[in-house]
Amino acid sequence: MTTDSIVGIAELNKWYGDFHVLRDINVDVAKGERIVICGPSGSGKSTFIRCINALEEFQEGRIVVDGIELGPQLRRVDEVRREVGMVFQSFNLFPHLTVLENCTLAPIWVRHVPKKDAEAAAMKYLERVKIPHQANKYPAQLSGGQQQRVAIARALTMNPKVMLFDEPTSALDPEMVKEVLDTMVDLAKEGMTMLVVTHEMGFAREVANRIVFMDAGQIIETNTPANFFANPQHARTKLFLSQILR
Amino acid sequence: MSDTAASSFVRQVLISERTAPVKVTGFVGFLRTRLFNSPTNILLTLASVLLLWITVVPAFKFLLVDAVWTGKDRTACLAENVGHVVGACWPFVQAKFSQFIYGFYPEPERWRVDLTFFLAAILLLPLLIPRLPAKGLNAGLFFVAFPVVAFFLLRGGGLSGLGVNWVTGLLSGFADTVSDLGQKLTRAGEATAVIGPLLQWLGKLVVLLGAAVSGLVWPLVWLNGQIQGASRPVWVDFAVTAAIVSLILFFLGGGFRTGWRILLGSIATFAGIGIVIAVMGLDRGGLPIVDSGLWGGLLVTLVVSVTGIVTSMPIGIALALGRRSTIPLIRFFSVGFIEFWRGVPLITVLFFATYMLPLFLPGNFKIDGLVRALIGIALFSGAYIAEVIRGGLQAIPRGQYEAASAIGLSWWKTTALIVMPQALRHVIPGLVNSFIGLFKDTSLVSIVSLFDLLGQVHASFADPIWATPTTLFTGFAFAGMVYFVFCFGMSRYSLFVENRLNAHRG
Repeated sequence: MTTDSIVGIAELNKWYGDFHVLRDINVDVAKGERIVICGPSGSGKSTFIRCINALEEFQEGRIVVDGIELGPQLRRVDEVRREVGMVFQSFNLFPHLTVLENCTLAPIWVRHVPKKDAEAAAMKYLERVKIPHQANKYPAQLSGGQQQRVAIARALTMNPKVMLFDEPTSALDPEMVKEVLDTMVDLAKEGMTMLVVTHEMGFAREVANRIVFMDAGQIIETNTPANFFANPQHARTKLFLSQILR
Repeated sequence: MSDTAASSFVRQVLISERTAPVKVTGFVGFLRTRLFNSPTNILLTLASVLLLWITVVPAFKFLLVDAVWTGKDRTACLAENVGHVVGACWPFVQAKFSQFIYGFYPEPERWRVDLTFFLAAILLLPLLIPRLPAKGLNAGLFFVAFPVVAFFLLRGGGLSGLGVNWVTGLLSGFADTVSDLGQKLTRAGEATAVIGPLLQWLGKLVVLLGAAVSGLVWPLVWLNGQIQGASRPVWVDFAVTAAIVSLILFFLGGGFRTGWRILLGSIATFAGIGIVIAVMGLDRGGLPIVDSGLWGGLLVTLVVSVTGIVTSMPIGIALALGRRSTIPLIRFFSVGFIEFWRGVPLITVLFFATYMLPLFLPGNFKIDGLVRALIGIALFSGAYIAEVIRGGLQAIPRGQYEAASAIGLSWWKTTALIVMPQALRHVIPGLVNSFIGLFKDTSLVSIVSLFDLLGQVHASFADPIWATPTTLFTGFAFAGMVYFVFCFGMSRYSLFVENRLNAHRG
């Protein structure tokens, strides 16, 4: 593991019952690095990314996030989750709270920030995702794209060192995909470490430092975007690319 | 004929507005579109009118037109004296009104009941109106302070001590029970053949445990003795308790860094308790004791239903969460508890609580009859509430739990801040349904000789002074109206809350 590594995953194995979903996953992510994980559905990419903040348990291997080690016993879950922000495919905003309350909940109740400071900070992040004027609305009153941007702001309010994105644009209307991707590009430009599961190859090409291609629970190929698209090595990668790029 | 196949069309003149050929608005429109728009509907409309005619008109006649409004005894409500068919005999309700409200609560002490009702009203109303501020303080006063004050107001009596006294009593009682159990075990061991020695050994161990507990409790017993020996034991105990509790809260709240606010809150709370003790004279024996056997009427109905509703909520929430717990022991306990209480009729529960429970309790342990019924009802309705709330919990998508975990909320915080608020909103109709059911089920306490409103009304039929052909109907009509007012109020308020809380559903 290199010294500027912030997420280290070694020999990660996971089973659902008898089904071996993740097989010998090894990935090192450097500080500020953007990694896009792609692959056919059922390849284990979401499961993999969800292991990093312990939303899924695993049976073998270890994950180190910012020096905090997470083994199969998941002992230091709380510490890891404080360092890792997550954005879900289905947004998962809290529907009974306003946008602002969604963003201040964790700082107030987990980090014990005074309410006023938490609100000021939340407004700053809402401005960053360009929806400060919606702060007092409820999630159901926003469009899908706006909801996902609120979800990004909510994750950012905890000052995470790493952001995980689990297919953030898959549940959106085509028109709204761009506004979310733009927000993510901005975030990447500011130097955030990001692991993104997505099918948006344009985003991958523009933002990623590395692309990880997964199939059948294992990493098939890892490469820079330029090489990945122009010169894929593995036959499975070539097949995948030929199917999604037309 | 014009060319229908032409695909281009340009309108030259705009069509101006015309009135509808048949009237579709207003009363005539309503008649036409809603009441008489098809043969079936005409039939249904006529049948409904007929139904209304044969129910509403006689009720109206009985309650108002033919009713007798004034009189001193049964003679006022007899047909031969009135000269026409007699409806409701309202003077009967007038004469018995105070009994319906207070039961046999002694007349000179009834101001205490009035005061309790008054306090309940001025604490509950602001709690129900969302616009008013200080909900936290208000809820604290209503749910914590009010029950204590109401207890001493309605029942009377004073205090012999405070925290130190209670804790001492509880712990030494516990130590005694443990020693007692140990001795019983030892004796059982002497009498049993095969596992006897084991039981004996276990018994001795338990006795030893009891002795150890008493040893630990001893300093407290000594302190309690000193306090009780002082000239004003309640106030000394009050000061000691206030100091100990405040200090503990202060250090738990973060000590010199962040504990100051909690310390202030604690001191303010104890100041409030002190004021209550002083005003009600609890240190000097308090108000004269009115045994709960004398309570009755609406007072008992309200005490039982409000206590039942307020206590069954936390019980229900705990059981609903327990039933979904991943810890097997908690889950099995919750399932067993819920299924047991749901499987037993309320009447059985009340009988058991009233007549059987005293047989199981240690001899020196007495619980008031009303309290026994209250405990039975709280547990019974807690089981029902638990299932209602579980329905709400199941409606919460998994993503909510995941999102809460991902931002670092613990299980408790997720439950309190994310899951419960949403789950409870989903089940408001079911909860209110249970509450209304509970309110009306309180009339069952009359089978364990507690006289609630209905029981009191029923009992008053036996009075020969008011024995007329319509007394019975009048009494039940009155009771029905009182129940209806409360239940309808709950129903309307819940609709209001639902609309308000569901604003977020866009």
